[in-house]
Formats: sequence, C-alpha cells, structure tokens
Amino acid sequence: MAMNIVVCVKQIPDPADPGELDPNTKTLKRDVKLILDEADSYGVEMALQLVDAAGGGEVTLVSMAPDDEVGGIRTALAMGAAKAVLVSDEALVGSDALGTAKVLAKAIERAGDADLVITATESSDGYTGTVPEQVAELLGLPSITFAKSIEVDGNTIKVKRQTEAGYDDVEAPTPAVISVTAGVVEPRYPSFKGIMAAKSKPVDEVTVADLGLDADAVGWAGARQEIVEIATAETREAGTIIEDEGEGYAQIVDFLADLKVI
Amino acid sequence: MSDYKAPIKDSLFALRMFGHLNDLAASEKYAQADPETVSTVLGEFGRFFEEVFGPVNAIGDTEGLKWSPEGVTTPAEFKPAYEKYVEAGWQGFGADTAYGGAGWPQGVYCLASEFMSGSNAALSMLPGLTVGAMELLEHWGSEEQKEKYLPRMVTGEWSGTMNLTEPQAGSDVGLSTTKADPQEDGSYLISGTKIFISFGDHDLTENIIHLVLARTPDAPPGTRGISLFLVPKFMVHDDGSLGERNDVDCVSIEHKMGIHASPTCVLSFGAQGGAVGYLVGEPNQGMRAMFTMMNNARLSVGTQGLSIAQASYQKAAIYSRERLQGRAIGSDSPGPVPIVQHPDVRRMLLTMRSQLEAMRNLVAHTAAALDMSQVTTGEESEGWTESLELLTPVVKSFCTELAVEITSLAVQVFGGMGYIEESGVSQLYRDARIAPIYEGTNGIQAMDLVGRKLGIRMGGAIADQFGRMHATLDEFRDAGSEFEASAQAFSSALDQLESTTAWIMEHGMADPRDALAGASPYLMIFGYTTGAWLMARQAMTARSDLEAGSDDAEYLEAKITSARFFCEQISPKVAGLVPAVTAGHEILYDIPEEQLTTF
Repeated sequence: MAMNIVVCVKQIPDPADPGELDPNTKTLKRDVKLILDEADSYGVEMALQLVDAAGGGEVTLVSMAPDDEVGGIRTALAMGAAKAVLVSDEALVGSDALGTAKVLAKAIERAGDADLVITATESSDGYTGTVPEQVAELLGLPSITFAKSIEVDGNTIKVKRQTEAGYDDVEAPTPAVISVTAGVVEPRYPSFKGIMAAKSKPVDEVTVADLGLDADAVGWAGARQEIVEIATAETREAGTIIEDEGEGYAQIVDFLADLKVI
Repeated sequence: MSDYKAPIKDSLFALRMFGHLNDLAASEKYAQADPETVSTVLGEFGRFFEEVFGPVNAIGDTEGLKWSPEGVTTPAEFKPAYEKYVEAGWQGFGADTAYGGAGWPQGVYCLASEFMSGSNAALSMLPGLTVGAMELLEHWGSEEQKEKYLPRMVTGEWSGTMNLTEPQAGSDVGLSTTKADPQEDGSYLISGTKIFISFGDHDLTENIIHLVLARTPDAPPGTRGISLFLVPKFMVHDDGSLGERNDVDCVSIEHKMGIHASPTCVLSFGAQGGAVGYLVGEPNQGMRAMFTMMNNARLSVGTQGLSIAQASYQKAAIYSRERLQGRAIGSDSPGPVPIVQHPDVRRMLLTMRSQLEAMRNLVAHTAAALDMSQVTTGEESEGWTESLELLTPVVKSFCTELAVEITSLAVQVFGGMGYIEESGVSQLYRDARIAPIYEGTNGIQAMDLVGRKLGIRMGGAIADQFGRMHATLDEFRDAGSEFEASAQAFSSALDQLESTTAWIMEHGMADPRDALAGASPYLMIFGYTTGAWLMARQAMTARSDLEAGSDDAEYLEAKITSARFFCEQISPKVAGLVPAVTAGHEILYDIPEEQLTTF
C-alpha cells in the first residue's frame, strides 16, 4: 500500500557558525545561508524508510523560510524526498509558534493527501517545542509526540513513544501528526545522484495569500507571543580544582553528597 | 572524535579564482557541474568525510591491520564507513557516465579529494587507487572489459590496485620481470612477485581488480617490453557473478612509518601455476597506458600532501589558542596567555597557513588545466595540456615537500605534546612522509621537470608560463602601495626562476648532469615562484571582493594577509636555492663514493 508522508523541515543558520540576535526584533538574524535543521533529518530519514517499507508513495517536504531559501530543502530532497512546498513571504517575519503552525497546516493541506505528517520534536534554533501539536490541532488530526519508532499497519500507526522511564506503545488511525525524537534513526547522507536529482525536483514556492491566510494572522501582526527581553547568558563560574594527594576520592564523594545526588 | 573540518570555503575560493567553473559548465561535457551545484556537492562531500572517514582515522593508526594467510583484515570500524561511502556513490565522481559514473570534471574531483584524504589519508588510499585503475580501464580496456569490470568499480563495490613495483624494480620499472604466458583462450597466466601494492588485499570490497605490469615471452627488454594486464582476485563470470579465487595471494604486509591502515602488500602471482590475467590495450604498451593516469595520480598525491598538512594546521591552530604559557610581551597582565599570542608561534601558524593556501591555489590551477584541456579544442586545448604537463611535477613535489615541513611545524606548535601520539599531529607527520616518495619520488619529479617538461615545444610552454606570470606581476604592481613589497618579492623570485631556467636549459644541453644536479632545488624555486604568482592573484581577488562590498570582510582580509606573507616572507627562499641550481654537478662528485661511507 502506497504511503504519502509530509515532513515539516526547518532551515536554520548553521549552528557551527553561531548566529546573532537582532537587538531590535529580539530574534535570530536569518539573513545568512540556511541549512537543514539536523533535528529534522531524523524525520526525513524515518519518512523515507516508511515509504520504502510500504513499497510506494512519496515524501513531501513543507518548510517556511525567509528569502525563498531552499538550501536545507535541497539537502532533504537529495536524501530522497520527492518534492517540497516552501512558504516564503515578508509578512511572515516575526511569526510566533502558533503563527508558524497556521502556515504549516495550510501548506500541509496544499501538499496533498498525506497518510502521515512527521515533524521534529522541536527546532534547534527556536526550541519552542509546541508547533507539532498546534499543527495537529489545526488539522484536526491525532498528535503523537516523541516517537522513537513508527510502524504502519493498514490504517493504524503504532508508535513507541519515548518517556523518561522507557517508552509507551501508542496507536492512532492515519492520518496523524507525529513528532520524532532526534537520534532515533541514522539519517542517510545525500548521494551524488541524489544531489543531482534534487536540482530538478519541484519546489512549490507560495506566499501567505496563496495559502488563503490573512497576513494579519501571521508575522508580527498575528503574534500573540512577545519577546520581552533578551540577555547574554551568564558565563559559568570556574570550577574548583582539587590536587589529588591520595584523598581526592573522598572530596569527590563529599562534593556529590553536598549536591544530594548520592 | 576527529575534529577535522573540510576547508570547503577555502576550496570554493580557490575554485572561483582558478577553477574556470563557468567555462566548464558552458561545455556540453560538464554542463551539470555549474558553480552552484559544485558548491553543493563540495559541501556534502566535505560533510561526509568529516563525519564518516574522520572519526576512524586515529583508530586506523593505532589498531592498524591484521594479516593472515587468508588475507588482510582492516579495523572493524572501517567496514561501515566504507559501506556508507559506497551508498553515497562518491566513487563515481569523475567516472564515465556510460558505466554509471557522474562524469564530473576530474579537476573538481581532485580539489574535492582534499577533504577525503584530509579526513583519513590511509583509508582514502582505497578509493584513490580505484580511481586510478578505473581511469586506466576507461582509456585502454576493451569494450567487453569495461562492461564487465567498470560498473562495479564505479559503485565502489570492487576496488582496484596498481601493480608496478618489484623488489629489483622500483623507480626503474623497466627492470621488472613478472611474466605473462599467453594461453589458447586468449588469456595469460601471470607469475611473479609485486611489492608495495597499496590495498593489494583487504576485506572492504567483494572483489579486487589488480592491474599488473608484466612481460610476454617475446617482449623486448626495458620499458618497451612491458604490457598491462587485468587480474581479478575472484574470477568474474559473464553474468557478473563471482567465481573461484584467482592465483594471487597477499603473502605479507609491510610495517610502516605512517598510513598504518593502508595495507602495503607483497602480492604473489602464480604460486599455484599462474594467475589468470587479461591483456589491457596492446602488447608492450603498458608504460604508455601508465602515463595516461600519471598526471591524475601525481596531482592526487600533491593534493594528499596538502590535505594532511591542512589537517595538521587545524589542530595546531586550535591548540595554540587553548594552551596557556608565558606572558604576552609588552603586556602588564600577570597571567599566562594562549601561545598564539607569542610572535614565534604566530610565525609558525602563518608559515603553515600561507603555504597551504598557495598549495591549494596551485592544485586548483593545475587541476583546472586538466579539465580545460578536455573542453577546449586546437591550440587552446594544447596550451592547457602543456600547462598541465609542466605543473604536474611541481604540484606533486612542492606540495609534498611542504606537507612534511608543515606537519613538522604542527608538531612544533604542540611542543612536547606534539611528540605524544595523543595529540594526533604526530600521526599526521608520519602519514605525510610517504607523499614525497610514492607515485614517482620527488627526485624523479624534478628530473621530469628539467629533463622533459622544460623542453615542451622547444621551451615554448615554459615561455608562455613566464608570460602569464609577468602579466600578473604588471597588474600586481599597479594594484596599489599595499602590495608594493609583495610585488617586489614576486618580481625578484620570477627573475631568479627565469635565470635559473635559462641556466638549466643551456647547461643541460652541454652536460645533462649539471641540470639534474640542481633539479630538486630548481623545482622548489619553481614552486615558490608559482606560489607567489597565484597568491598575488589571491590578494587582488580578495581586495576587489572587498571593494565590491562583502559581508565576509575578515575572511577576505585574512586571505590578503596570507598572500602578502607568502610573497614577502616565503617566496624569498628562492634566493637561497639559486646557488645549488647553478653550481653544476662537479662538487657532488668531488667526494669519492667510498668517502661517503667512511665514518
């Protein structure tokens, strides 16, 4: 049975090259080259594996990014996704989590009938961790979070949902929105052929209006969250260095006991 | 965990200056390799090797290889890394599209291969040698041979080796004695012993395709009687399935100074009566076939030198900012400072960095000549070929000589820690040391430069090269006072290169020994001057980028400083080399041989 999966991917400034915060908008500067959020590469990989296992269907990417940025999308297309919907619009600057979810939900609908929507649990630059659930709510679909594995059985999906103690077995009817925990699969490297093929894969570039959304509902205008203040994180205090003169172990034990961890 | 970072930005900068990417993309042959796609491919290529080959580099060095009569076992971590390499399809980078390759420009591949060997020089020998074997087959194999062997070499499922050296036949390949006896079915039975066969046996691919130089019974002596044969480790049926084991065995592996994880094998052909081999190309044309891959192979080894040196520079630069020792001169601050603040450490780092950039520019320029010779026609194409032929021995020797110097400086920056294996730079110093030796020793390269390359088109090729350098010099002199000292230094180096070239061409005619005696220092003069030429272009490119308005000003300013340092402080080394070039050979022989061993 063919399986069509939409994966939400975020394109972010390269974390290896730390970005700057804009003191005026209090948000991250995004006018640099953007790459695929590593957190999303797990979802892409899982989707590709599920489509493989189903023996048919395709993976469609959905992304929202400034300046028609496709760098990160191309990476995911090179991994094997078939096509993408990219929402890029000046009106989206300043969108909060809910605004983003509204856009993604519309873009997912535009991408076509999906059996499954996969997301990361949170982005590596924003960390709100709320978008997947908001998208599910807006689409009226079941939401399962923190999946460490996904299995499809007819019209049922079975998820092992990571918890602090172990995992829960969760089932839902398709379609559903599932957020995938980072590190649970090994994302494939784009192959040479994949990179070349990605150049000609379709990217449907749309605006807020194309999605039938009101510009006032998104961006700064629609944001109901406000960043009140940004401040530099305090540098950590230097640790204590203890010269071991044969009693070092005892001092470590005392230290841990003071912290009440032993 | 490896901390190697593929210098993608530097490579793209070098490609932009010297790679002729727009010209290549405008050709039918390389239309897919447009600059944007090159950038994407290099980015993914670099990430792959950082993340997959890099982390198993130190393991390969410490664990090394295991030999048994059944064959060579590589470290357990190598197999998954190599499998990922095959899955990603990188082996087909420059290979013929007719056999599943991507058919990309060889020169772009050459520059990209820095990332591969920089991440793990030993493991990279396997793909590198397979590329060489594929090239030979592409050029000289019959259609049937190509169809049978190439597709699975292009995927990386099978590897390839080059079998030239024998115990008595090293640089002098003409002394080889391995025999090939013709059989009634058209095949040959190969018997003999080959040594120093890199990846001659290993457990990373299902089959190994050996390309072997051997003599047929009626062959003339010397290099004119050498033929090229294909000898598979496992016989290959017509349907592509693997048959029985051929009569070729790895009888031992060498214990080496560096590249510990690259098996250097003694291969015995025909211990049980004869290994089945197939003639590639015409009989007695083996050396000619070898020459078709030699330019690429020599460029690759030069690039390998660059790559290992770059890896050592990265470690040294990072360490110099972490290691706290001594007070900063001229500062009242009582605390120890990172050693990077000390002038002598700064000098070491700039010496490394500026030479690395010159090396990368040289590789990019020469590799581009390889590609441009393919997409142009007539005189233009010949011009590129001449440029390639002229500069190939310089790339090989200059880059590998400097690799040893740079990796040694990296050890020095680490101080006592550098001599400790844990630092990682010790491995790089040992790994780099092979590069001046193999694929034609640097001495052989220097002989090639003075003996064959200077004479191309009766000296026309070198004259054209000097013309190009002078054009840049004129431009550099007009580029403002900022570059005055650099232009002066470049001019002085160029004068000395021209005068030593004239000396060699003149005296070499009268007594070739005079040319050969100074060949190696001459090659270094050639290298430093060519480096200054390319760094002058780098300085001017970076300056014009800055003037055009760039959001990467610090990077471009560093490029300019590096270029100036090379011109003003590295290229003057040529002056010290001139006397050795123009002294002639006599003093070398004034000491009798026996005095050399009188201790």
